[in-house]
Amino acid sequence: MNGYLTYVAKRFGQFIFVVVTGVTLAFLIAHFSPVDPIEQTVSLLTNFGSTDPRSVEILRQSLRELYGTDGSLLEQYLTFWGRVIRGDFGPSLSAFPTPVMTIISRALPWTVGLLTLATIISWVLGNTLGAIAGYFRNNRAMKVVGVLVMAMQPIPTYITGLTLVIVFGFLWPILPISGGAQLNLDPAMTWTYIQSVITHGTLPALTLVLVGMGGWFIAMRSLVSNIVTDDYVVYAELGGVPSRTIFSQYVARNAMLPQITGLALSLGNVFGGAVIVEFIFNYPGIGKLMVAGIYAGDYSLVLGVTTISIIAVAAAVFLIDILYPLIDPRVKLG
Amino acid sequence: MFKVLFDLLRYNREFLLGTLLILIILALIACSFFAPYGENDIYVVIPDMPPSAEHWLGTNSRGQEIFWQLSISMRNTLMFGVVVAAISRVIAIVVGLVSGYIGGRTDQIIMAVNDTLGALPNIPILLLLVFVLRDQMTWPVLALTAALLGWTHDSRLIRSVALSLRTREFTRHAAFSGMRTGQILFREHLPYVMPIVFFTTMNNLIWAIGLEVTLSILGFSDINRPTIGGMIYWANAHSAMVAGIWWWIAVPMIFVVILFLGLFLLAMSVNEYIDPRSRLARMGA
Repeated sequence: MNGYLTYVAKRFGQFIFVVVTGVTLAFLIAHFSPVDPIEQTVSLLTNFGSTDPRSVEILRQSLRELYGTDGSLLEQYLTFWGRVIRGDFGPSLSAFPTPVMTIISRALPWTVGLLTLATIISWVLGNTLGAIAGYFRNNRAMKVVGVLVMAMQPIPTYITGLTLVIVFGFLWPILPISGGAQLNLDPAMTWTYIQSVITHGTLPALTLVLVGMGGWFIAMRSLVSNIVTDDYVVYAELGGVPSRTIFSQYVARNAMLPQITGLALSLGNVFGGAVIVEFIFNYPGIGKLMVAGIYAGDYSLVLGVTTISIIAVAAAVFLIDILYPLIDPRVKLG
Repeated sequence: MFKVLFDLLRYNREFLLGTLLILIILALIACSFFAPYGENDIYVVIPDMPPSAEHWLGTNSRGQEIFWQLSISMRNTLMFGVVVAAISRVIAIVVGLVSGYIGGRTDQIIMAVNDTLGALPNIPILLLLVFVLRDQMTWPVLALTAALLGWTHDSRLIRSVALSLRTREFTRHAAFSGMRTGQILFREHLPYVMPIVFFTTMNNLIWAIGLEVTLSILGFSDINRPTIGGMIYWANAHSAMVAGIWWWIAVPMIFVVILFLGLFLLAMSVNEYIDPRSRLARMGA
């Protein structure tokens, strides 16, 4: 148990390291950019009429305070960290004066829910099918599945999503293609609302599953087909261990381990795919929020979403990392 | 080298199919040099014509022939991918070989940095950069940024091979006969990792092009530089799906799939060639 705690502490150190690097990177990109967020905002606001120079100057001053761009670079950097820790990214410009954090926390559950579900489904489905295909290498049905998955795998997220929109939205309209839930429903724990969330989430989730599954399938199939020829599996077969036990306990369990590591490594990319999926399906998550923020020129919103998504992805990786030793007893603890 | 390629073409159906698909794309790109009008000229043909003998792939609402748009877009998109892949390959090879050869503490530190960079989500960082740079975000800047984000996974792969190479007999011979570290890495170790480099190049191309398509569809790249994602962006901006001009959106989508499928098949078949165990499995062992 002590070894496990050391392991967790080490992973936590890594998590902190990733967060610090990411947040610093976001800070540097934002601050060394040739575009001044304050001047940009001022010009955005003055476009709508009021151009009294004195009020513009007051506006500029208050924006400077809001964005924490006073003082030296180091001071600004520390101020930024204070904001990150307090979760205060200032008010959003496109939805003034709602704090950015309120908007993000409204959108975050959608993305987390969609991604968690879609990632788990595609991981389980891809690995199960891949393991079966690798174990029964010469089965004709599994070969067909293999060819289908391989043909699906390289298709970009946008194209998969748009195809689903065309098929299930226009040709055979059985599922909603836009939004996170029906608009006129109150968000409550009622059956109609939950049902609406599920039907609205089906196509975005299906897109992510179809895009993500192939990679797991291919990797798992090659892992399993290599393990099957290992001596200990042959020995177990000769010893009369039932093939069901060999498959689940001897082969699949061993092949699963690198795939868990792979899951942790792939989360950053999964998040990238979510941005375009949320854009296609108009899903109210933080990917869509970020795109909308960029269109609206909402500096604090974009910076806030970037920072939060870096932290969220790092946290998810950390979570998988600390669960890993519970599955693989061989992992070096300490 | 050529014998290997020839054998792959002859005996590996996936490699053959992948090569054919890539050849289609390259032929299409070659056409772009013979385009009858400039890439940004608009209203040069009758708008909204469906595919016909006169307009092979139809025309769009901006009065451009889709075939010529497609060929120049494919050239730009592939160009972007190749630049990203080339830069990130250099970084991945150098980091992987050096880290694996030196080993020990240095290796640990390099890999810690490597894993940290790899754990950062690319899209939000790129979007932030696009947001702050706006019009200064030209495609070379975007390519450089993508390259700086896209090497970590591959350098780890290369390092794992380099780790095993450093204890091999010939490495010791080379070191004792007075070869400098750089020479050992470049002349002795690099040839061993070349198949992996080829395999990861294909995957990196797919990743980089996917990135470019994603950003362009969202409208975050230079919209006056035709790309595949840019074509879809313009089609969306003109509501091509609603207006029934399906070929405007379908054509770039089909050709992106052809390109990705080709690259993917090449990557898969070369990966199979690298891994001797899967080669044995193919032979029925």
